[in-house]
Amino acid sequence: MKYFNLVWSALFRRKTRTMFTLLSVLAAFLLFGLLDSVRTAFANAGHSVAGATRLITISKVSFTLELPESLYMRIQSVPGVAEATYANWFGGIYQDPKNFFANEAVPSNFFDIYSEFQLPAAELQAFQQTRTGAVVGASLAHRFHWKIGDQIPLQATIFPQKNGSNTWTFQLVGIYHVTNPSERQQEDALFFHWKYFDEARAFGNGKVGWYIEKIANPKDADRVAQAIDAISANSDHETKTQSEDAFQASFVSQFADIGLIVGSIMGAVFFTLILLTGNTMAQAVRERIPELAILKTIGFSNRSVLAMVLAESVLLLAIGGAVGLALAELTVSVIRARLGAVPMLPVGEAIWLQGLGLMALIGLLVGALPARRGMRLRIVDALAGR
Amino acid sequence: MWRKIGYALAVTLAAVVPVIALVALPPWAILAAVVLLGAWLAFTRTGRQASSATAVAITTIPQRLGSSSVVVIGIAGVVGVLVALLAMGEGFRSTLQQTGSDDTAIVLRGGSQTEINSVVGHDAAVTIAQEPQVMRDAQGVPIASPEIVVAASIPKKGRTTDANVEIRGIGEQAWEVYPRVRIIAGRRFTAGLRELIVGKNAAREFAHTAIGSKLDLNGQPWTVVGEFDSGDSHNSELWADTNVVATTYHRGDSTSSVTVRLGSPKLFDAFKTAIKTDPQLKLDTQTTRAYYNAQSAGLTKMIRILGTTVAVIMAIGALFGALNTMYAAVSTRTREIATLRAIGFRGPPVVVSVLLETLLLAVAGGLIGAGIAWLLFDNYTASTLGANFSQVVFEFRVTPALLASGLKWALAIGFLGGLFPALRAARMPVTDGLREL
Repeated sequence: MKYFNLVWSALFRRKTRTMFTLLSVLAAFLLFGLLDSVRTAFANAGHSVAGATRLITISKVSFTLELPESLYMRIQSVPGVAEATYANWFGGIYQDPKNFFANEAVPSNFFDIYSEFQLPAAELQAFQQTRTGAVVGASLAHRFHWKIGDQIPLQATIFPQKNGSNTWTFQLVGIYHVTNPSERQQEDALFFHWKYFDEARAFGNGKVGWYIEKIANPKDADRVAQAIDAISANSDHETKTQSEDAFQASFVSQFADIGLIVGSIMGAVFFTLILLTGNTMAQAVRERIPELAILKTIGFSNRSVLAMVLAESVLLLAIGGAVGLALAELTVSVIRARLGAVPMLPVGEAIWLQGLGLMALIGLLVGALPARRGMRLRIVDALAGR
Repeated sequence: MWRKIGYALAVTLAAVVPVIALVALPPWAILAAVVLLGAWLAFTRTGRQASSATAVAITTIPQRLGSSSVVVIGIAGVVGVLVALLAMGEGFRSTLQQTGSDDTAIVLRGGSQTEINSVVGHDAAVTIAQEPQVMRDAQGVPIASPEIVVAASIPKKGRTTDANVEIRGIGEQAWEVYPRVRIIAGRRFTAGLRELIVGKNAAREFAHTAIGSKLDLNGQPWTVVGEFDSGDSHNSELWADTNVVATTYHRGDSTSSVTVRLGSPKLFDAFKTAIKTDPQLKLDTQTTRAYYNAQSAGLTKMIRILGTTVAVIMAIGALFGALNTMYAAVSTRTREIATLRAIGFRGPPVVVSVLLETLLLAVAGGLIGAGIAWLLFDNYTASTLGANFSQVVFEFRVTPALLASGLKWALAIGFLGGLFPALRAARMPVTDGLREL
């Protein structure tokens, strides 16, 4: 620490060069923050802590096929199932197909099982009592400036009403919050009454999209899942039950291998960055060889010269990287506030920790060769300019 | 004071205008500019001075190989990532675009945006086929194919997890609706039997799709009897007889959509009006080109935004790397440049020589980046979830246009990275430069 001033002034010996290098490092870590925010959003899509105790039952043929409502009582009586609920994908459009958000028809016990969706008791009661009532997440309400009491018309893409109309109008009675920031994407959804949906839709009556079971003990998951699937084995509506996480993961992996795409981009970015900062550090040390020789002459050990050069390169990466990540955090929060439904998670602790690790690693890597050169130089040769 | 502001303005203009021109101008205009530059270098006095100054600069590159490679590799990274990402969007877009045409139309239930959400009753399907705009074959049968689209969950090759594949039940006339479809192995399915033909890409991606193998669909065994190639996104699908699919999936006599071949693209408007004005029908009509283009629009736009954002940020990083390198290059060559100035070289040739050196490095970087993207990703197969909740297989397409735009980016970064160091070189006082050790 006592050499900090020395390291600092060595770093800013050539201001322009250091500034340019810092900006390159900044750009790399800005990109890292943004892309990792996207990657984690996909990796965590639909993932929640509470999800560990939930199973999803879909049609074995494809999740686009519906299951009979009559399964409900039988699923609830499976030992290990604490409570079950179900949902139908509605696929309605609000004003424009671009305004995409999930909208589902659910029975009134849905919010008991999705306990992480926090809905004030009065609003939950209002939902249970209002036939055409709907509940939306806070982000979604914010995005379209909805408030309780508003009428929300949705254009059906799958289910027209019995009277031939394609427009379903819901009354907003409640707004739920999700406290965990990494699960906040789930606030982008609208839920309305399954009963109303089933009575009013023109076809498909008596069928549900998927079942959700809350299990008493997560360790029983496999056994309970098998017991549920056994109910409809060899029928014309065989089911497939899996954990909520596994269901979400298989859905996301069908969309794209986001991890691979982000990984390849970051590989290219950091490879370039290592070369670039490595070149800067090599130049910086080359210029300062006489100075380093003087330091050694007045008694600095080989090891402290090595440490000082390494500290300089780590500091270079840390300053640029920290500013870059901070900028990424700011950008992501602005984008999320403005646009709402984007697949980006806030730049949180996990990304910062990874980023700091990368800064230290790349700093040591690019400092290694120049530092070794500084350590090994012979005072006589260096002072003589050989 | 005013001179300084004027200089700053002039430099900003000199930096911004060519970059905008580079982005906005078509390739032939840029080529013409290069030819003009070449002529200037070869035939005018200052031009010849510039080319010999550039030659000096280039011969000294090997002495600065390490730092020069920073420019090349930095720009290669930007161009490589940009071209690869845009090639993904381009591949997806062109696969879906080829699927549609202007002389076939698809009819869906009103409000449905995709076939999987749509239901068209049997009577409606018959009415649609009887519209006068629909082309008829030699026997006078309308060329219309009532189709059912369902998603089936089957295992992918080499993976334990299932993915959705699109099963399309097609009508008897479908072969006339899709004349491009060729059977490349086996035979067509027999109407009325549980037989499937598998698209070329689906056969590559999904397990149990070889000819002769059995597939379980909704609890019933089906046999794969052929493989087809349509050259478009239907290659990701499995085709069967629409009536048999309807039975298997308990669809009664309704279908998902009706696709018809029109007598000519000009008849589309009349066809659309006929269906819209029929009070019995609540259906939406679009050309298949519009239908499939709409499906690719969202993802293509997302990839373009992602690609451009990533490339802009990377370009900023590479730009500062290039600036560092070129400032260092100018400062190590201080004495050389001062000598040139002393023996009568004017400012412009010196500026041009540093700029040309940087552009040369940039073009090398651009070519390397684009080349790597082309080698690794041209025809690279990927798949994503399409509009019908099923896998759409597509190939990355590194087109000449993408390569050209990658090179444009390289030139823009090289130009900006070289301009400021070049101006410093030209403004250096000759006497100071000569005294420099």
